[in-house]
Amino acid sequence: MDDVWAEDDTTPAAIEAALRRMFAQRHKEERAYVPARVMNMVVVVEKEFRGEIENRLERVGRFHPSRLILVLVEPGRQRLAANVRIGTDDAPRAGAITVGRERVELFVGERHVPKLDTLVDPLMVSDLATMVWSPHRHIAAVDALRRLAQIVLIDSLDAPDVETALARADDLSRDTYVVDLAWLRSTPWRERIAATFDSPRRRQELWRISGVTVRHREDSLAAGLLYCGWLASRLGWEPGPLAQARGAWNGFAHTRRQDIRVTLQPVDQNAPGLAGVTIETDSGASVSLNRAPGGLCAVRRERDGTERSWIVMGASRGEGGILGEGVRQALLRDPTYRPALKSAEAMVV
Amino acid sequence: MAVDVTPDLQALGENPLIEGLERLPVPATTLVIFGVTGDLAHRKLLPALYNLAHEGALPERFNLVGVSRRDIPVEEFRDMARQSIQKYSRREPDPTVLDGLLERVHYVGFSFNDVPAYTRLHETLDRLDAEGGGKLNRNYYLSTAPEYFPVIVKALKAAELNYDPDVDVRCIIEKPFGVDLESARELQAVVDHVFREQQVYRIDHYLGKETVQNVMAFRFANFMFEPVWNRNYIDHIQITAAEDIGIGTRAGYYDSSGALRDLVQNHMLQLLTLVCMEPPSSFEADKVRDEKVKVLHAITPPTPEEVRRDTVRAQYTAGVEGGEEVGGYLDEDGVPADSRTETYAALRLEVHNWRWAGVPIFLRTGKRLARKVTEIAVQLKPVPHLAFQSHGSVGVQPNQLVLTMQPNEGVSLSLGAKIPGSSMRIRPVNMEFLYGSAFMSQSPEAYERLILDAMRGEATLFTRSDEVIAQWSIIDPILKAWAEDAEPLHTYASGSSGPRAADELIAPHRWRGL
Repeated sequence: MDDVWAEDDTTPAAIEAALRRMFAQRHKEERAYVPARVMNMVVVVEKEFRGEIENRLERVGRFHPSRLILVLVEPGRQRLAANVRIGTDDAPRAGAITVGRERVELFVGERHVPKLDTLVDPLMVSDLATMVWSPHRHIAAVDALRRLAQIVLIDSLDAPDVETALARADDLSRDTYVVDLAWLRSTPWRERIAATFDSPRRRQELWRISGVTVRHREDSLAAGLLYCGWLASRLGWEPGPLAQARGAWNGFAHTRRQDIRVTLQPVDQNAPGLAGVTIETDSGASVSLNRAPGGLCAVRRERDGTERSWIVMGASRGEGGILGEGVRQALLRDPTYRPALKSAEAMVV
Repeated sequence: MAVDVTPDLQALGENPLIEGLERLPVPATTLVIFGVTGDLAHRKLLPALYNLAHEGALPERFNLVGVSRRDIPVEEFRDMARQSIQKYSRREPDPTVLDGLLERVHYVGFSFNDVPAYTRLHETLDRLDAEGGGKLNRNYYLSTAPEYFPVIVKALKAAELNYDPDVDVRCIIEKPFGVDLESARELQAVVDHVFREQQVYRIDHYLGKETVQNVMAFRFANFMFEPVWNRNYIDHIQITAAEDIGIGTRAGYYDSSGALRDLVQNHMLQLLTLVCMEPPSSFEADKVRDEKVKVLHAITPPTPEEVRRDTVRAQYTAGVEGGEEVGGYLDEDGVPADSRTETYAALRLEVHNWRWAGVPIFLRTGKRLARKVTEIAVQLKPVPHLAFQSHGSVGVQPNQLVLTMQPNEGVSLSLGAKIPGSSMRIRPVNMEFLYGSAFMSQSPEAYERLILDAMRGEATLFTRSDEVIAQWSIIDPILKAWAEDAEPLHTYASGSSGPRAADELIAPHRWRGL
């Protein structure tokens, strides 16, 4: 059961007072009620697409952040309005705590966007990490909130082109920690390639890689570039610019020892992200990973031409799972994203 | 002159791709579970393996070979495994992933003491190696009744399955590791004869629980507690593992075990070591375990006189559980009418070292108590001078820090606070951190973590041989003294907080309320 408060023509101070009052009341009625205190999550959306974003957040599941501040941008709106809702997902159980959730819907007009930080700041829980996400790429709103946010959630696949996507991620990562859903889509692929070369016998082959081919959904070039950027930054390759020809991007990365051919190929695929990866070595051996039911299909070709294939088990996370993972990653730190991003940028110069 | 200290990963032979990954690579492995049709495998191990497969955490090349005494076709075993996973997995199984996992499941049926039959296991493992294009690490998980542990270990050696120069061979041994000091030493002697210590992973699944690991994080990642974490500021410590249910259908096991063996010898002494250990210089397995063993060695095994004075054992009698009338322990199915097995144990221990000398540590565990709770309560000493004696004040209570493992995982600190009003009246309030409200991810089951760690050769969360022997050295004199004691057992009503004798044991302190 949720407690609800709503007011038109309101102010941040009135909303904050309502939140405090509702929390005290809830705690009085239900001693076992504790507010979830994972972080503040500020989501900026166009009001007309609100339903779509709410569905996506719903699919994140029960591990959503504590205080959700949903900023709904409505063209022409002059005055603020707000709905506040606090409640719990689960019914109270004897001897157990009930973890609460708090949600503020803040209706703003375009004129409010440049000063959005002054509206949102009073509504946030102090001393918690704050993550900002603008799935409709409301860049001005995100920039206005940057001083409040430690984390910005982005999806580089949403940008109009890959150069813009990578430049924006780079700019944001100067003063915030960027969680990029395009990067998270490649996590299983990075884990599997790391595992493929982990045995001491295979590890030396990392330094003999001569070619990388990444297959991706057409709109997921940024994910493919970040993947190549990851390999380049981890293996000390100097990335060279890629050229586009017949839909594919081709080029070379360089080491003192040899050049590495880099190819990004768009393929038909339902899910966004990567579809396959092939890594070749100068000995003629190769390893490929491709999407398959129940995981990834791995094919290893030895230098004598013999081939073996097997399924690497793992369930698809789906787009809901990716967003959930993005929220979870907000409180972790991946030191390899920024170097991968830098290398990826160097490939699209 | 500047020196370039950036490590050359190529020269070091390290894998540069694992940096930043949450899931580290696991070597190709065949996991052999002995006792695969048993309850533990059914409820915990098979569902844990499914969840690892679901998350993509199992190695690329992985096989599971089930071994049990039943001679059944592999298809029948796969059906059993499917049902176990569907019933007990913490998440709804994905049919494709489940099918993929079951394709890698194999079965060999033979009696564990049939040494020649182990050649069939050998052949199966060799065949799986050949099909997999190379040798896989071999992990043997002993999930059988404990009397078969030495039998299986010896047979593995006889079948030359205990060592392979090309791959890692490991033996994971479930609890209990022995039933007393002598049997633990005997088992250890057998294990020593067959495996090197680095190959042996003794499971205490408590150590795989997130909240238990958090005891170390709490102590060693927060500077504010270390200055008071000693005899100068701590009055006493209480460690409680209470259950609100009876023994259920486990009479066969429980009546030969009892509360002391079931929980105190392993789980509760592990909690004690985590609370009392010195900070390790690093979190490498042996550095952590060295510090834990030092704590156990600093607990002097009690003399018979000390056992009489510092321990209490009791059995539950009829009472009320969850609003329902329930019978006593002696009324349970399968329990002998003259059983003297304790369903409750409380003891007072002391760690004789510079940090803890003189600080009593009270342990209590029991079945069918008022509430299910596992916690460590650290009671600080009272303030040296009480300035607030205002009339109507509850008074300044000593601070108490409580680390709760279950059910409401978290940390709570009691503080004195001023009651609003014109006079200076004080009452205790709680400052609480709750896992459920501060973290988003669903914790994996302890067995998922432990199976993965064993496959990776990461031993921090497993008990070392000297640790197990040290635990038994503390418990064995109590078992012996209790065995010789003909006095009637203490009793406590089902649904109560335990026997009155336990209150006398802890006096002048008091147990925390259940």
